Amino acid sequence: MRGGDLARLALRNLREARLRNALTTVGIAVGAASLVAMLSVGVGLQHFARRRLARAGLFNSIVVTRKMNLRGYGRAYRFGKTAAGAPTRPLDQAARLQLEHLPGVLAVYPQVRFLSLVRYAGKSYTTLIAGVPPAARSGGSFSGLIGKYYSSPDAAQAILQMKFARVLNPHPRQLLGKTLTLRYAERQPLPARPGSGGAAGFAIIPKTQPLRIVGLAPRAPVFGLSGFFRGRVFLPQQLAEHLQIAQYSSLRDLVNGQGKGRNYGNLNVVTRGPGRVLPVEQAIKKMGFRAFSLMDATRRLRLVFALFDLLLGIFGSLALTVASLGIVNTLAMALLERRREIGILKALGAADGVVQRLFLAEAAVMGVVGGLAGVLLGRLLAALLNWGTNDYLARRHLPHVSIAQVPWWLGLGALAFALAVSLLAGWYPARRAARLDPVEALRYE
Amino acid sequence: MPEENPNHAPALSVTGLCREYARGASRVRALDGVTLAVGRGEFLALVGASGSGKSTLLNLMAGLDRPTAGSIVAEGRDLAALSSDELAHYRNAVVGMVFQAFNLLPRMTLEENVELPLRLAGCEPARRAELVRAALARVGLESRAAHRPGELSGGEQQRGAIARALVLRPRILLADEPTGNLDSRTALEILDLMNELRRDSGATIVMVTHEQHLAERYAGRIARLRDGRLESLDVRA
Ligand SMILES: Nc1ncnc2c1ncn2[C@@H]1O[C@H](COP(=O)(O)OP(=O)(O)O)[C@@H](O)[C@H]1O
Ligand SMILES: [Mg+2]
Repeated sequence: MRGGDLARLALRNLREARLRNALTTVGIAVGAASLVAMLSVGVGLQHFARRRLARAGLFNSIVVTRKMNLRGYGRAYRFGKTAAGAPTRPLDQAARLQLEHLPGVLAVYPQVRFLSLVRYAGKSYTTLIAGVPPAARSGGSFSGLIGKYYSSPDAAQAILQMKFARVLNPHPRQLLGKTLTLRYAERQPLPARPGSGGAAGFAIIPKTQPLRIVGLAPRAPVFGLSGFFRGRVFLPQQLAEHLQIAQYSSLRDLVNGQGKGRNYGNLNVVTRGPGRVLPVEQAIKKMGFRAFSLMDATRRLRLVFALFDLLLGIFGSLALTVASLGIVNTLAMALLERRREIGILKALGAADGVVQRLFLAEAAVMGVVGGLAGVLLGRLLAALLNWGTNDYLARRHLPHVSIAQVPWWLGLGALAFALAVSLLAGWYPARRAARLDPVEALRYE
Repeated sequence: MPEENPNHAPALSVTGLCREYARGASRVRALDGVTLAVGRGEFLALVGASGSGKSTLLNLMAGLDRPTAGSIVAEGRDLAALSSDELAHYRNAVVGMVFQAFNLLPRMTLEENVELPLRLAGCEPARRAELVRAALARVGLESRAAHRPGELSGGEQQRGAIARALVLRPRILLADEPTGNLDSRTALEILDLMNELRRDSGATIVMVTHEQHLAERYAGRIARLRDGRLESLDVRA
């Protein structure tokens, strides 16, 4: 028999015991819908968490620091000698360039953060200044920014944290376009004395830098592992670096006698995606530095989500499995009612396989129709869930969240699962129908 | 009206046919060593008391059942040697069946019922429509094509069943008490129709009946069964 004929016959048979078949199909639909709705919450939450963390730059950041020579200290202590360990590699300009050229690396920047004096409208404030790496903006760290972002990576412009802006002016928006003055200390190495190895020290020279206020950040921006969330005044990274702040790591470099050129306490490495973090991290360690990323924490998070999904999936499938019992029941009843019909079909030349396929086709139709309706119903449930959640969040002035999501693969997967479960449930009645003895079925009572 | 049709190669040849049923611990012999040949184009009547094994024999000839012992050769096929699927094909292509209960599918129209064997044969839709129309015209039911069996009289239902049995032009027509549910006038109409079709197509008919006068009127030979055995085989003059 042709496939189309089989489907048409199956559909026509299903139209007969309309109520029963409709109820069975509704059962499948509810099962599929519960599966979709449950998993949509899993997907939504996971998506939400991942985007939040990825936005914050946590998933593709590595913090690189210099190795500490602990062994050297240990020996020195035990044998009373001066430090003797092999010198560790400094985190200098050459290292930064090398890091920038590692495959998979998007950007390398030092964390620039320092206390400084800020003058505005004749008053002075001591506050924390932070450099903002270029990647931070696309990462969404400054979502909700009032005003403008920096016009260039080294522009003499500042973005103020809202709380600090309110300290300067109770109407912060009036600050936009105004200028404040940064007073800072610049370190300048003293010329080396003849015969000695490194710089002899440095002079600290007071300087000022005017900054145009271009933007206000209502929320504390977050980016990268070390972050700059406690900053009050945000400067473009290059400008901040250029200011050559006397950071306290330089002191240590000086003591170690390696104060040549620029040295960094740590460097943030941003990779081209979370997938590049591990290989880059390994390459950095091979270079002789310490590297730290959140990949381990992420892995655990993924495990939690996988278990969460599994749990939701089990609950969802349970409903579908119960619904599949409906198919078994419906087809078994149909088998009882249609014994004679099966006998007639066989007498007219239907092979066992045809009878079996006919019953399976009926199960498949119920599975597909129920599955489709279930996916739509599941989407509706997910939408309701989102609506309800966001209504709740909106009342508390919290941002919109897509708590339940039905990606195409979830819909398709649920449909395929509904079909598979239906076919599985239809298999036994179909087999029974195929094996029915036609003489027995046709006996005239 | 009965015709003598001396046959060379029989359409159906049954040898030492036995069919046992297990009933609890004991065994019932529904058919006990029947040997019989039915010639091409012959009209054979199977008569006998109720429970004598007529339906059992007919079902074995139809390939709906398999014998416990003995052999059936139908149109050159040894049915015992056929697989289940081959037997299904034999029922579809070689045999047409008519029952006392008509056995039309009640939820399908007459047209759809007649189309069923064609669907099972994998016939193209266009050709199907043509063959269905021809078969319904042949039994005089063109105007009833869209009716469901419940809307037809017994005689019309049986004519529809005959159209369905003959739509694939089978070589053998097997009928189990085809007039059992019909009044005597309609019964004669049905048997006239079957006999005409046999003469037109040269098909072989084996008909079970318990009405002696119908057997005598239409059949060339009458085989009488008793307790699963062939009691007599009368040739009608
Ligand atoms: N499936 C079966 N199980 C047990 N006995 C059966 C079965 N089918 C038929 N019989 C027995 O076989 C005998 C012949 O039956 P059947 O061929 O239907 O008789 P007829 O058609 O001549 O009235 C009867 O005694 C009947 O009870
Ligand atoms: Mg009988």
